[in-house]
Amino acid sequence: MTQLALVIDLNVCVGCHACVTSCKEWNTQGAAGPLSDLNPYGADPSGTFFNRVQTFEVGEFPNTQTVHFPKSCLHCEDPPCVPVCPTGASYKRAGDGIVLVDYDKCIGCKYCAWACPYGARELDEKQKVMKKCTLCVDRIHDASLPERDRKPACVLACPTSARLFGDIHDPASEVATAIREHGGYALMPEWGTHPANHYLPRRKTEFKVREEDLQRYDNPLKVDGLLPKPATGEPALDDVTSW
Amino acid sequence: MHPAWSVVLLTTLLGAGQGLFLALYGADLYDAARGRASLAPLFVAAAVLGSLALAGAGLAASFFHLGRPERAWRSAAMWRTSWLSREVIALPLFMALAAGYGLAHWLGMLQGALVVGAAAALAALALYVCTGMIYACIKFLQEWASPLTVVNFLLLGCASGLSAAAALSAWLDPEFARAYAIAALAATLAAAATRGTALVRNARLRPRSTPQTAIGIKHPRIEQKAQGAMGGSFNTHEFFHGASRARLETMKWGFVAAGFLLPAMLLAAALGSALPAFAAAAFPVQLAGLLAERWYFFAEAQHPQNLYYQSTS
Repeated sequence: MTQLALVIDLNVCVGCHACVTSCKEWNTQGAAGPLSDLNPYGADPSGTFFNRVQTFEVGEFPNTQTVHFPKSCLHCEDPPCVPVCPTGASYKRAGDGIVLVDYDKCIGCKYCAWACPYGARELDEKQKVMKKCTLCVDRIHDASLPERDRKPACVLACPTSARLFGDIHDPASEVATAIREHGGYALMPEWGTHPANHYLPRRKTEFKVREEDLQRYDNPLKVDGLLPKPATGEPALDDVTSW
Repeated sequence: MHPAWSVVLLTTLLGAGQGLFLALYGADLYDAARGRASLAPLFVAAAVLGSLALAGAGLAASFFHLGRPERAWRSAAMWRTSWLSREVIALPLFMALAAGYGLAHWLGMLQGALVVGAAAALAALALYVCTGMIYACIKFLQEWASPLTVVNFLLLGCASGLSAAAALSAWLDPEFARAYAIAALAATLAAAATRGTALVRNARLRPRSTPQTAIGIKHPRIEQKAQGAMGGSFNTHEFFHGASRARLETMKWGFVAAGFLLPAMLLAAALGSALPAFAAAAFPVQLAGLLAERWYFFAEAQHPQNLYYQSTS
């Protein structure tokens, strides 16, 4: 069974919010739209977003890390928001595992938002129905788009490729490989929701210089020693020519 | 959670309406078991109408909670999985059966009324379970995820319903006034015990979700610096009560006093002095107290999503 999902690499995300704006741009004019804003230029603006980038500081000064944390619907494999919906407006697609809201059936009772531990659902204050990330369901299956564009808007927008998209149930997929090989994890595993979206942890980037990178051990033609080799203290070519 | 007055009114008024019907039907059953038909028709009519009025007011309040009330008819669809859907079915069923009971009683069909009343009483009990389970089934709202939630909805509803019956019978059917006052006192004390247990339980809860599990980073010190919006969002409006610590404490001790202590004293005074005014005063005081109780029930619940909305910038 297919389970489409995002894998978000926290080691790479720079917190630029490009995924947020491209998501809003695509979805406010797409099938889910409009994603209403209330009082956008006033003193107390608010609005509907599918995706938000949050920032956390981890550690004690001076040993701190700034972690940019994009958060959207995790398309749980056992979504607690779906069974509580009284109208059936909230549902999980069997074909690709995307959790969706039927905006024509939603009565805006907010019970599904209460039943989501991640706060992934937001009520559209103008349309008065519940909205959430659709994984850009209106473009990922669109055969009229070139193959490389059949991805969620946030994934295409990310300048650092921190967002991967694919089928996490296909062991050969890019996302499944990333989860497997880079320690991908789920949020709040304690509630058994089995989120499909995974996050890749921060990693220490170390550049190792080994001896053999500087000195050739295998010297097959025995030529290295024949060439004139200046002592370390002597001026190099740059020192001679740069004046 | 942000307590929505629509839901506070719905659950409190509805519970009292069910309780009032159960109080009436209990007396009717007891009466029939004694082989008598001594309930004053005016009292039966007043109790049935009162029960329907309370439930109807709750139902009306519930529509104000919906973003799209014109689609409310859709909400019975998912009764196989959703307790909210089950409540939507049980509520009109209870009201229809209670009205049928009242009608049969008014027309003098006492045996038929007993049968319809039994169905209405079962619907009332089922409705308590549905309403309670709406909250108790959300396992990560740890304050709610407990059988105590259902027990409290049942006992608080029965206590306020019996208080209403005590008030009505004091005027309209004095023969049953004393029995109702005793039952209301007992139910109020039982509800105080279970609600008190829930308060103690919730004060000792340790949240299973932490900032560490929320973002999956195992460091003891995680501090939010930005939440993705400066001006608030649905997430900050819906899941935070925004009340001060002092207001929370006031509501808590207010509902303990007005929901349990004062009504218990008034009912005891009614038993001691046989003055109808005491019994009549107990119900409004208790209803106000239980509205505060329900407000606090919502405000007390800590939603794990709040971990993602600790700081604006």
